[in-house]
Amino acid sequence: MTEPLSRPKRKDPLKKTRIPLLPQGTRSRTALGLTAAAAEGRFQLQVCGDCAAVVYPPRDACPRCLSASLPFCDVDNRGTLLAETTIRTSTDVYFRERMPWRIGTVLLDAGPAIVAHLHGDLREGERTRLELKLDKSGQAIVIALPARDTPNMADDPQWRELTCDPKYRRVLVTDGRTAVGQAMAEALSQAGASIVFVGVADPWKPFPGEERLRKLERVEIVVLDLTDTISVNECAGEFAPRVDILVNTAEHVRTGGIVERKGLTVAREELEVRYLGLMRIAQAFGPVLRARGADGINSAAAFVNLVSVFALASWPAYGAFSATEAACLSAAQSLRAELRPGGVKVVNVFFGPLETEWYQAVPPPKLAPSALGRAVVQALRQGLEDVFVGDIAEDIRARLAVNPKALERELGS
Amino acid sequence: MTTTANAIASPDLLAFAGAIAAGEIEVVDLTHTLSPDFPTIVMPPELGQCAPFRMEEVSRYDERGSAWYWNNISMGEHTGTHFDAPVHWISGKDLPENSVDTIPVANFIAPAVVIDISQQSAANADYELTVADVEAWEILHGRIPPRSWVLLRTDWSKRSGRDYVNMREDGQHTPGPCPEVVRFLVEQRDLHGLGTETIGTDAGQAFHFNPPYPAHFYMHGKGRYGLQCLANLDRLPPTGAVILAAPLKIRRGSGSPLRVLALVPRAEKRA
Repeated sequence: MTEPLSRPKRKDPLKKTRIPLLPQGTRSRTALGLTAAAAEGRFQLQVCGDCAAVVYPPRDACPRCLSASLPFCDVDNRGTLLAETTIRTSTDVYFRERMPWRIGTVLLDAGPAIVAHLHGDLREGERTRLELKLDKSGQAIVIALPARDTPNMADDPQWRELTCDPKYRRVLVTDGRTAVGQAMAEALSQAGASIVFVGVADPWKPFPGEERLRKLERVEIVVLDLTDTISVNECAGEFAPRVDILVNTAEHVRTGGIVERKGLTVAREELEVRYLGLMRIAQAFGPVLRARGADGINSAAAFVNLVSVFALASWPAYGAFSATEAACLSAAQSLRAELRPGGVKVVNVFFGPLETEWYQAVPPPKLAPSALGRAVVQALRQGLEDVFVGDIAEDIRARLAVNPKALERELGS
Repeated sequence: MTTTANAIASPDLLAFAGAIAAGEIEVVDLTHTLSPDFPTIVMPPELGQCAPFRMEEVSRYDERGSAWYWNNISMGEHTGTHFDAPVHWISGKDLPENSVDTIPVANFIAPAVVIDISQQSAANADYELTVADVEAWEILHGRIPPRSWVLLRTDWSKRSGRDYVNMREDGQHTPGPCPEVVRFLVEQRDLHGLGTETIGTDAGQAFHFNPPYPAHFYMHGKGRYGLQCLANLDRLPPTGAVILAAPLKIRRGSGSPLRVLALVPRAEKRA
C-alpha cells in the first residue's frame, strides 16, 4: 500500500536546494519511437510488419525474421512480473540519491520480456500493466503498475518521479480573466494543488466570473500582465520560487486571415499576448523552474502551454491567429529543450474551437473550458508531453499524420 | 497692452526666467507618470484598441550595453496624459493644421481657467458640466478670456485603479461636459481647448449623448484641442495660470503623450 503523501513542510531556508540531476538520456533514433509514444501516453512497441513478432528493445531488424519493417504499434500492455530486485547503491548520480529503487522483469502477454521500473504496490508474480513514461531526461522508460488501481497509487515516489501531479504542488495560471483560465484554476484546485496563483491583468477592469474565481479554494489572485515585461518580471520576482507548475492560459482569438486583416494592430496584440507573452513568462519563470526540478515533493514539474491545434496547420478563417499559435508551438519546442536540464516538462495541450465567445460563429463540436481544465490535470497526473483534447484536435492531428497537403486544402476551402 | 512696436519687441524673458528661478512663478506638473499599469481608454474588444505604455530594457550596464541604461518604449498616441489634435475626430479631419506636427507651436502655450466641479463629481460620477455652471463661475471670476484652456477640475486624478476608470456593466462612469456647454465654450467663449482629469475629454457615458462624444465632436470640429488624464488641477488658481502643452511632433499624429506644465503666479508674495 502506498503511503499517502502529506503536505510538504515549509522549506528549511538553511538547506541548499539540490541541483536537478537527470538519468541517462541517450537513445538510438529507433528507440525514440518509444519516446514518441510515451509523450502521448500510448503503449507502443515495434511489431514486425512481416512476421508480426512484438519486439523489445527497439531494433532495426526483426530478431525472428530479419525484416526491416518494424513500425511502432499500439500493443497490449498486460503481463506478469517474473522477478524483482531492489537496487540499493549505484554509481549513477541521479539514481544514487533516489535509492532504494525497484526494478523487475515483466513478461508481456504480447511476447517480449521487459526490464521495467516497478510501482511500489506491485509484487513479484503478480499481474501488471506496463506504461511508457518520460523520465526526467525526457526519454521513455517502462514502469510496471499493479493490474488494478490501488489507494494513493499516484503518491508512489517512483511513479511521482515520472509525473507532474498537481497534488501538493503550487500552480500559476497566467491569465484568470478568461473562462479557460478560471476553469483551469478550478480544476487544479480540485486536483489538490496547495496554492493556485491566478494572474489578472488590468485589475482596474472588471471581468466576468471574477467573484466566483476569488471564492475558489486555495486560489490567490496576483497581478500579472503577459503583455508587460515589467509586470511579468515583478510577478516572477515575488512568486517564481513558489511556482511548481505553470499553466499559460493566455489567449487571443480573432478571426481573419493574412490579407483579410486590415493593418497590424490586432496581429501585434496577438503576438504580444501569445508569442511574446510566452517568452516573457518563460524568461522570468523558466530559470527558477529549471533550478527547482529536484526540490522535494513540491519540486518544479511542468510548464503547460495551451495551444490551438491550428498551430499545426493553418485555418485560414483564423489565419493570423493560426500563425501566432504556430509561433507559440515553435517556442514551446525550444523551451522544452531549455527546461530539460531541470527535469521540467513542457506540456503542449492542443485543442480546437472552444465553447467561448470568440468562437461564437463556429459550429460544434466545441470544447468546454472545464473539459480543457480536466484534460490538463489528467496530462499532469500522467506525465504527458503532447495532449490532444477534443474531437477537433484529435481529428486535425490524425488528418495531418495521413496527408498534410490534403489537410491544408481542406482547412482552406 | 501691446500698443507699440517697442513693447512687442522687448518682452522681458529674463525677468520671466528669474521669476521662475525665484519661485515667484511656480511650475506645476499636470502630468501622470507614464507607466504600464496606467489605464487606457477601453473600447469594445472587437474594435481597435489604444496600446498601453510598455517599456523594454535595451541594456542596463550589462552584456547588452556595458556602460549605459536605456529602454525601448511603445504606446498609443492617446496613452497616459495626452494631447488630442483636431484630426483625432472625424469632425476635424479636413481642417488645416489639424495634426500634432502642423499645429502652430504658439498654440502650445496658452492661459487656462479652472472650473471646479469636484464636489458635484464626488456626489455623482456622471456629473455633466452645464452652461449654468460656467455662467455661475463667470459671475465669480469674470468672463472666460478667448483662447483659454478650460480645465475641468473633478479631483478624478486622486482616484486610482477601478475607482479611476469606474467601469460598470453599462460602461464607464466619469464626469464630463454636456453637449450644450461644449458648443457654448467653442462658439461663445472661443475656448482654446478642454482639459480633464479623466480618460477622455468627454464624460464616461458620452457615447449616449447627442452628438456622441460632444467634446470631441464640437471642439475638434472647430480646430480646438484636448488634454486628458491631467493631474494636480487642484493646485491651480481659477484664473491666471499659463499652460505649456507641446505634443511630440509625430507626422500626421492625432495626438501624443506629453508633459503638461502649468505656470502659476505665487498666491501671496512673502516679503
